[in-house]
Amino acid sequence: MSFATRRPIATIVVALLLLFTLLSSVSIVPETRQALIVRFGKPDRIYNRYKPGQPIGAPGAGLAFRIPFVDDIVWIDKRVRDVDMDRQMVLSTDQLRLEVDAFARYRVVDPLRMYVSARSEDRVGEALRPILGSELRNELGRRPFADLLSPERQGAMENIRSRLDKIARQYGVQIIDVRIKRADLPDGSPLQSAYDRMRTAREQEARSIRAEGAKQAQIIRAEADAQAAQTYAASFGKDPVFYDFYRAMQAYQRTFVDGGKDRPTNLILSPQNEFLRQFTNGGGR
Amino acid sequence: MRMIPGWPVHTRGLLADNKGPWGPSGGETPSEGEKAPPPSGPSSPWASPGTFTPGGGNRQIGGLDDLIARSRARFGGGGGGNGGAGIGRRPPSGSLIAWFVGAFVLLWLIFTSIHSIAPEERGVVTQFGRYSRTLGPGVSFTLPSPIERVRKVDVENIRNIDLGSVSSETLMLTGDQNVIDIAYSVRWNVRDPELFLFELQNPEQTIQQVAESAMRAALSATTLNEAIGEGRADIEARVQENMQTVLNAYRSGVVIQGVAIKQADPPAAVNDAFKAVSAAQQAAQSDINQARAYALQLRQLSQGEATAFDKVYEQYRLSPDVTRRRMYYETMERVLQSVDKTIVEAPGVTPYLPLQQTRPPAAALQDPPAQGTATQGAGR
Repeated sequence: MSFATRRPIATIVVALLLLFTLLSSVSIVPETRQALIVRFGKPDRIYNRYKPGQPIGAPGAGLAFRIPFVDDIVWIDKRVRDVDMDRQMVLSTDQLRLEVDAFARYRVVDPLRMYVSARSEDRVGEALRPILGSELRNELGRRPFADLLSPERQGAMENIRSRLDKIARQYGVQIIDVRIKRADLPDGSPLQSAYDRMRTAREQEARSIRAEGAKQAQIIRAEADAQAAQTYAASFGKDPVFYDFYRAMQAYQRTFVDGGKDRPTNLILSPQNEFLRQFTNGGGR
Repeated sequence: MRMIPGWPVHTRGLLADNKGPWGPSGGETPSEGEKAPPPSGPSSPWASPGTFTPGGGNRQIGGLDDLIARSRARFGGGGGGNGGAGIGRRPPSGSLIAWFVGAFVLLWLIFTSIHSIAPEERGVVTQFGRYSRTLGPGVSFTLPSPIERVRKVDVENIRNIDLGSVSSETLMLTGDQNVIDIAYSVRWNVRDPELFLFELQNPEQTIQQVAESAMRAALSATTLNEAIGEGRADIEARVQENMQTVLNAYRSGVVIQGVAIKQADPPAAVNDAFKAVSAAQQAAQSDINQARAYALQLRQLSQGEATAFDKVYEQYRLSPDVTRRRMYYETMERVLQSVDKTIVEAPGVTPYLPLQQTRPPAAALQDPPAQGTATQGAGR
């Protein structure tokens, strides 16, 4: 105390130094990170290392102690991270092209291995990106185009994942999942020819729909005609001779009376006409 | 308000012990600022954010000042040891600094240990970085900042991710190798805030990528016609299910509430051809409709005519001859009434009939021949 009152500046300096040392000997390891303690460049121990199936809040995260100026902390992500692949042109066995966009999810499961082989998780991602691309191309390039559209069904994605995983293990990384995000026809002629095919298919469909409609309409008409004929025959067939007369009368009526209204007909009659029978023979029979 | 006096005083006592390590680390509070409490502010009545300057003039500040004064009195009385002596020697500046530090520490403690969690939120508490518990809505207390921290996660709010837009084309391939222009949105919320915070590096981007992947997978299993037609609901359900499976496998703590396809159309380049198909469907339908109308009409007509004939025939059968003649005369009567008539007395006479020219003065010409025939007829 007497020292403190006599040399206030020295006291403050000493206190600050002590404080700094104390603070730098304790670090907080959050749930999302793994802490690799490196002693003079040599990896020493790991805090909060990922263990499969461990629930959140299990011992691991928390305070980490280290010797100031001796131990260094390397922070490594514990979470699931992703690698987004560059677009990749895949050539199918039937020589068609497809542009594929995929992503992989990974997690650092061996921080030490990751640290010695790549130093940081970003660099692991950078290293995995081209490998993912080529694995994808190799695997999908062995399939016909139609299969490329749904590679999940044929287990292709699982193949890619397991092969990529083997490589990733060298980096202390586990590949959790590989998925195709997009699969598109390349711009230009492949897309254009797909459009053409779609267009012609639609035109074909349109024509067949029209033809089908015409066919059905014709059938409906024919059925109606047949039914009408049947109705007529059933009725008129009872007395064809009378029908002949009856229909003739109707025809005259329609032709000359109804049809001749705006254009009167000239009729030249001979007195021998049946209608004029009474007219000429003066009422005698 | 009642319980506060006891609380800070208590922590203050705690502070007196740990003055070394924790006092200066208060200087780190700006970095703690990301941790929510100070800015989003406990809306509790006893503290308001931004009152670090003592000149705030709030009503609450008065209360705080009292409190500090009281605790200072106690502090000054009790801890006479080292600090008291130093302060005592230089009263103005020393006590002022102590004041500032005290007030600052107090506020900081209040802000970092009292948390008000909104109804839609959960507070994920970490103790020295390790997950310890999840706080429900309401006011909760934790240990102060470097020891325990709270991150608030909105779990009820249903968030929306739009993929593809209605205005621009987002093309995808369907199972029958056609191209479809699609726009859809995914609604999701957080189910497990701790998983959401700690398991994925980039949850939102993950959800988006998984959505794209699931949609592509679902479309590649359907045909274009299904996708633009009645297959939509089915696709939506499949995408949702698929996404949920994948996100569960990632332990993302996210629930997909729904997937909505806002647009599923053929690409603009071939849209005309698709319109032509629907035009053809319309045309075919109208053809069929016309035929149906014709059929209906014809059927009615034939039945009508047949029935009419039957009726007449019934009567005819009762007295055939008379009916027949009557019909004949009646018809002829009507016919001859409405036509121009010429009766020619038969053989040897070849009448000159300028048929075309007689038409206009037909009315005038009507009489003479009629008279002529009449005389001839009479002469016979």
